[in-house]
Amino acid sequence: MPEIFERRSRESHGEWVITRLIQTAGYSSIFFVLMILYFLLANGLPVMKDVSLSNLFSTVWYPIEEYYGILPLILGSLVVTLGAALIGVPLGILTAVYISEIAPQWVKEALKPLIEILAGIPSVVLGFLGAIVLSPFLRESLNLPTGLTALTGSILLGAIAIPTIVSISEDALNTVPRAYREAALALGTTRWQTIWGVTVPAARSGILMAIMLGIGRSIGETMTVMMVTGNAPVMPDSLGALFAPIRTMTATIASEMGEVSGGSPHYHVLFFIGIVLFLITLGVNVMASRIAFRQRKRSERVLS
Amino acid sequence: MDKIVVEHLNLRYSDGTESLRDLNLVIPANAITALMGPAGGGKSTFLRALNRLNDLADVVAQSGRVLIDGKDILEPEMDVIALRRKVGMVFSRPLPLPLTIYQNVSYGLEVAGERNREVLDKAVKLALDQAELWDEVHDRLSDPAEALSGGQKQRLCLARALALKPEVILLDEPTSALDPVATAKIESSLSELKKNYTIVIAPHNTQQTARVADWVAFFLQGEMIEFGPSKDIFTRPKDKRTEEYILGRYG
Amino acid sequence: MKSDKLITPRSSAYLVERIGFSTLAILSFLLAVPIIGVILYIIIHGAPAISWEFLSRMPSDGMKAGGILPAIVGTFYLTLGTAIFSVPLGIAAAIYLSEYAPENRLTRIIRIAIINLAGIPSIVYGLFGLGLFVIFLKLGTSILAASLTLSIMTLPVIITTTEESLRAVPYAFRVVSTSLGTSRWQTIRRVVLPQAVPGILTGVILGLERAAGETAPILFTGATFFLPQLPNSPLDATMALPYHLFVISTQVPGMPIQIQYGTVLVLLVFVLGMNIVATVIRSRARARRQW
Repeated sequence: MPEIFERRSRESHGEWVITRLIQTAGYSSIFFVLMILYFLLANGLPVMKDVSLSNLFSTVWYPIEEYYGILPLILGSLVVTLGAALIGVPLGILTAVYISEIAPQWVKEALKPLIEILAGIPSVVLGFLGAIVLSPFLRESLNLPTGLTALTGSILLGAIAIPTIVSISEDALNTVPRAYREAALALGTTRWQTIWGVTVPAARSGILMAIMLGIGRSIGETMTVMMVTGNAPVMPDSLGALFAPIRTMTATIASEMGEVSGGSPHYHVLFFIGIVLFLITLGVNVMASRIAFRQRKRSERVLS
Repeated sequence: MDKIVVEHLNLRYSDGTESLRDLNLVIPANAITALMGPAGGGKSTFLRALNRLNDLADVVAQSGRVLIDGKDILEPEMDVIALRRKVGMVFSRPLPLPLTIYQNVSYGLEVAGERNREVLDKAVKLALDQAELWDEVHDRLSDPAEALSGGQKQRLCLARALALKPEVILLDEPTSALDPVATAKIESSLSELKKNYTIVIAPHNTQQTARVADWVAFFLQGEMIEFGPSKDIFTRPKDKRTEEYILGRYG
Repeated sequence: MKSDKLITPRSSAYLVERIGFSTLAILSFLLAVPIIGVILYIIIHGAPAISWEFLSRMPSDGMKAGGILPAIVGTFYLTLGTAIFSVPLGIAAAIYLSEYAPENRLTRIIRIAIINLAGIPSIVYGLFGLGLFVIFLKLGTSILAASLTLSIMTLPVIITTTEESLRAVPYAFRVVSTSLGTSRWQTIRRVVLPQAVPGILTGVILGLERAAGETAPILFTGATFFLPQLPNSPLDATMALPYHLFVISTQVPGMPIQIQYGTVLVLLVFVLGMNIVATVIRSRARARRQW
């Protein structure tokens, strides 16, 4: 909206104060992001003094003997997230397509609240159920030595990513103008062909954003993965790693921060992992928001 | 008496739509001045310049002077809030605020700081009377305004503007969404109101212009082509374009 | 049926369509079933553990007996504390974005910042809270530090949903109000905000719901394993339902499974209860809305 509050010359004192307060609140998000970045850097960068780079980027994480290799943790996060994406992305998009394009009204009205409920289940509850129900099931049905594996984490993270993917994809599909669909149908294509030939391609940037934000959520998820992935900081070396215990960056911070003393190398390394996480999600989100900005046209707000 | 004097008014929106070019015009008090012309000719823009409502839009360039009672209202130091209380406006869409009937009319006064119940009650009754709506709504003032019919809503919008005791009333195609009966009611209110107010209206067709106007300004593509007493414009227009418009060649 | 003739030449396309629709329906169904299953499972296993004693007593015998009162109270305090900070700030920020912000670079940066706040992992909020509130501002592990941490995490949810409901109020109301000689803030307070209240409320509750269920941000900022009494100052550490569940299900050997399920159920009722309230407010407002 154009700036008129600068042109208004005789606004009352109250108005002036309130305008400044609102403006300050508006800017606060920038301030908080910078604060978060600052405190991560201030507590994480000193690691460079204590720990050599070759140690930091090695493949062994064993803090008790001062092995601070974060590669297994980064790869651990990637493996679990990749698995989650393989499950969550197709299921999420297909569900969004179903809800937005196909489902009868009553199904829509039943599915949407259910997916909101899924979004509302605290991650610690999913972790609990994962440990107590899903992992024994996987262990027995796949005949594994333990059910606490990367796969268990992936399944649950997929479930966590699904509500994000569904709701954003659905929004994107809903903003595709009706005329597109009608034009396609008028040309004699079936609804099915219209969905995949016209509607979904027209909504692709929104869907892409949905995927990225869903993946972003998976990378950052903590409690669930900590409770079901077995907490073993080993280098994943093959596809088989999916069926073995693993350790993610988030779980490492959560489970070790409580035991380290402030200012120790271990403490700084955990903050350093926080920086890595921050940067990864920053990258994912900036990319997602670029897609969003490109898509959104300047909103036309007609007078009266 | 000259209520509003416009001198060399130029105005352009950022997206390039509907601009005004070198407008010069004198609007007399206690009369209805109609802005006539095809859509997109700058009538709305001109009306919104008179109460600085264009401040809400993306205006990139504005120059010239608009004097109301001898004071240039385009000056940056202008108190636009006071200006808008003095220059009321009725829009083409009958859009009551999401409040009760009473609150819609008292809204402007209350925001201006009037707390006295009696004063408010009186002002609301007077304004509804002037808009010829009181008889229809006096027993349900606390109903939501949304419950009214389209024509009643528009008269409520008129009353809402009148409650502030303005001196000038701007009407932007006020009857475009109304049926003929409702339109007639608004027009009859206007001819009553012009005794005490300066009225500037963009009618929604030429017939309405002929019915209500004392003075007519013909707008075409952001320029004012001709201005004169209604009779003269309709019987012997000076400009060929005015004549063609009245004869229905375009617009 | 006569229309069959029309369809025949393209029937393979319609067959594909029918198979496709069915597949998607089945997939969505397969997504819905586990969600319902999870809820039912928790209710069935958790309900037997619920008793007045469980809800109103302090834990005893190393948490293996007694109730979970301090965790319930703690989660309530944390949610309240989060609301106190994030609701006014979030609503004000949304008002800025919807009603004041010019379309320029700075506003775009604000929007990117909000998207980033929404994307930062909860455990990173925990680190930040530890660095800023617990250590730098010397608030210690406390309800205050944890609430502040959760507030900043909740902010983007409240801002985006509030902005959305403000923008949903027709722009014409603002024009009308302005034409009646009101300032921008008067228009916002008297016309725009009242119309947006249900939407704002929904967003606030959904944001707080998320805060109430979070564990990672409070791990090092305010949550504690066990307290002999209820916290009596914002500077005390507190127990909290999600953290309590985490602790008793992973850190305490020999924990009776009943108590674990009971805790899950209480947490879920707390969180999903808020969710249901939000849904009801939203659907009621939609039904009543005049524009």
